[in-house]
Amino acid sequence: MSTLEERAVEAADFADERLGVAKFARNSFNKIFPDHWSFMLGEIAMYSFVILIFTGVFLTFFYVPSSHLITYHGSYAPLRGQKVSEAYASTLNISFNVRAGLVMRQIHHWAADVFIAAIVVHLLRIFFTGAYRKPRELNWIIGSSLLILSIVNGFIGYSLPDDLISGTGIRIAFSIILSIPVIGSYLAFFIFGSNFPGTSIIPRFFILHVLILPAIIAGLIGAHLAIMWHQKHTQYPGRGRTNRNVVGIPFWPAYALQAGGFFFITSAVIAALGGFVQINPIWLYGPYIPYKVSYAVQPDWYMGWLDGALRLMPSWEAVFGPTYGGHMIPNVFFPAVLLPGITFGLIFAWPWIERRFTKDNQEHNICDRPREHPVRTSVGVGVLMFYIVLFLASATDVLANTFETSLNLVLWTLRIMLFVLPLVAGLVTYLLLREIAQIPTIGEPKVPVEIRRDVDGSFAFAELSIHETDEEILELPEEVAYRSLVGSNGGGQLHHATHQGNSDDVSEEHGVFEVPRD
Amino acid sequence: MSEAQLSEEAEHQEIHRPLMEKVVAICFIVSVIGTIGLGVTYWVGGQPQVEGGFLFLALGGLGVGIVAWGKYLVPQGPYVQERHEMKSAPEDIEAMHASLSRGLGQMGRRKFLLRLLGGAVGVFGIINLFPFLRSLGPVPGKSLFVTNWKHGSELVTADGRVVLASDLEVGGVMTVFPKGYEGEPTNAIDQVILVRPADYNLVTRPGRETWGPEGYLAFSKVCTHAGCPVGLYQELTQQLLCPCHQSLFDVLTGATNVFGPAPRPLPQLPLYIDSNGVLRSQSGFNEPIGPGFWERGA
Repeated sequence: MSTLEERAVEAADFADERLGVAKFARNSFNKIFPDHWSFMLGEIAMYSFVILIFTGVFLTFFYVPSSHLITYHGSYAPLRGQKVSEAYASTLNISFNVRAGLVMRQIHHWAADVFIAAIVVHLLRIFFTGAYRKPRELNWIIGSSLLILSIVNGFIGYSLPDDLISGTGIRIAFSIILSIPVIGSYLAFFIFGSNFPGTSIIPRFFILHVLILPAIIAGLIGAHLAIMWHQKHTQYPGRGRTNRNVVGIPFWPAYALQAGGFFFITSAVIAALGGFVQINPIWLYGPYIPYKVSYAVQPDWYMGWLDGALRLMPSWEAVFGPTYGGHMIPNVFFPAVLLPGITFGLIFAWPWIERRFTKDNQEHNICDRPREHPVRTSVGVGVLMFYIVLFLASATDVLANTFETSLNLVLWTLRIMLFVLPLVAGLVTYLLLREIAQIPTIGEPKVPVEIRRDVDGSFAFAELSIHETDEEILELPEEVAYRSLVGSNGGGQLHHATHQGNSDDVSEEHGVFEVPRD
Repeated sequence: MSEAQLSEEAEHQEIHRPLMEKVVAICFIVSVIGTIGLGVTYWVGGQPQVEGGFLFLALGGLGVGIVAWGKYLVPQGPYVQERHEMKSAPEDIEAMHASLSRGLGQMGRRKFLLRLLGGAVGVFGIINLFPFLRSLGPVPGKSLFVTNWKHGSELVTADGRVVLASDLEVGGVMTVFPKGYEGEPTNAIDQVILVRPADYNLVTRPGRETWGPEGYLAFSKVCTHAGCPVGLYQELTQQLLCPCHQSLFDVLTGATNVFGPAPRPLPQLPLYIDSNGVLRSQSGFNEPIGPGFWERGA
């Protein structure tokens, strides 16, 4: 035994004698993780969050959360002598005077964009493979809540520099809160501490951004991981994989090394973005002045669908009674409050909506293939298309300029596309998947064919057999040893991992899904 | 030892791949070089692109090295592990139900106390909402209905200069505020866009016969859609454009909303020119400015 091993064992014993960690540690070391590239998407999100914490802590040392106006005397010459808020001045200071400040700021911003992008793609992976089904509905809810919180915190963080573009965004946010029926004006005044703009919103956003929301997000990520750990990860169908087992690499050391290394790869890519790709150059935008505005600006990508919805909404609002004494549900309520409400309501409710149709109350630990579920997949594609059109609509002005056409044409094209494209995309997906289902050999590996030509010029074809290994997939030796030591631990015999038969019915006596061979 | 056990033993060993070991070693060395480069860059004063590049090397070298180690130098199995149903064993479920019912049964007979407790907690919650909400800000009152524009308010620019009737050429545009409030935070609400499409009295609508002296028209600059400043004046088409969501307002008909999501015209500020040639407002706006809210009607 080498000294390294001895010391590690000593440390483990120290922990066990005080905390009794041996059982949990054994369980964790020997945990089997199924491997697939699409399982890394959630990891990218988590690692981006870690990067956000590191870079964010750095930024808090220099950022001043105050909208108090001062005269700028910093090193950025074009703005010298201008009245700017302390928040804006301190962000300029981070960008130009704090050593490594700009790269930290840009990494932080890029990490936020990657964080939310990874969450969205992760959510799509979960959706299209049906991985939200029982027993994973709670993690679906937690994950969807994380999406909402990350969008909100992203917007708030984007607002903190108090530059012209983000300030205009805060103005729009005030109008959106104002639009909520009955309580809107009270809510807006309570959040902003006065009528717009007031002086409270920057410090309040700051404490939300650096303490309250990150704490909630961190807590939910912890719960998300703990539940995943406890339930064990889903796996795709394949050789030896059933609904009642996990086939993959052991946590210790293969998975731990791969996942740990992947943190650094994610960080490396985000660091390169932060170093080489400029993002949010607030010194070019100037400080926020309520009566100034910039042209052809788009919000951060994750707000695009809301901005697009605001632009596509017809000039309509619900009015009851006269100007003084009447009531109104304002225009922005429909695209900016109702639409996100419905969006996230549907996302939260989806596992239960689907169950209403499938009446399926079984546990599912094998991921679906999207092509085998035409209805779910085409609904998903259609809905996704709806949000893609909304996202495009956040650039109506840019599109009109790029294609040298009128805003009118762009607006009406997008309004029509918003309802037509989802239907078309959903229908095309559905028909394609129906076609695919007709192909008898779908999903089976292609059989190699040997072609022989004889001396007389005739050809002979022969199908080669595929050498599929039917070796049994084994358990980790320590687990086998452990079980033989303590006796069968009441959980029943291990279901044989090697695959027999090709049926996908539930074999009742074992309660096991037999999954078709890949 | 059986053959299966032997192969099991072999599976469990470290994998010998000298080439891959070299690759991992090179990755770690690249990382060290990147880190040293980063340190030197920082030491000499920092430069964002160079910092990003060295960070990429430092982190990327570590990442690729560790992943390669985990993927190619340790056994990958695959191994299998049993999965237990989440649901507990029947006797555990039964015991849980029994305990749950026991506690509820012991408490449930005092329905009156239970209701009183619910009421007490509810009242506590509602009353204590007030410090959390009401202390945050004032109630809106009438503040969404009013601006600082009054009868006789002089129009001034952002730096406080009084606007004279001779200040704008035809086709000119400027942003103005009521005198005395131009430097206040309320200028977000008071901001008015002053345009001059002509040099004769303009009537945008019936009932606004005197509102546009010498071709000066003043409109609230706060968009009726989402509150952005309606900052762009296109003289050729006599339209005002809000750059946030592309709403268009037709100036000559009283900033009527003609395109985009804006649901209402921009409120017009009635003007007059006093004996010194100074532009002044006849009164405040005759309706609330800006985006809609529940307490107002049409």
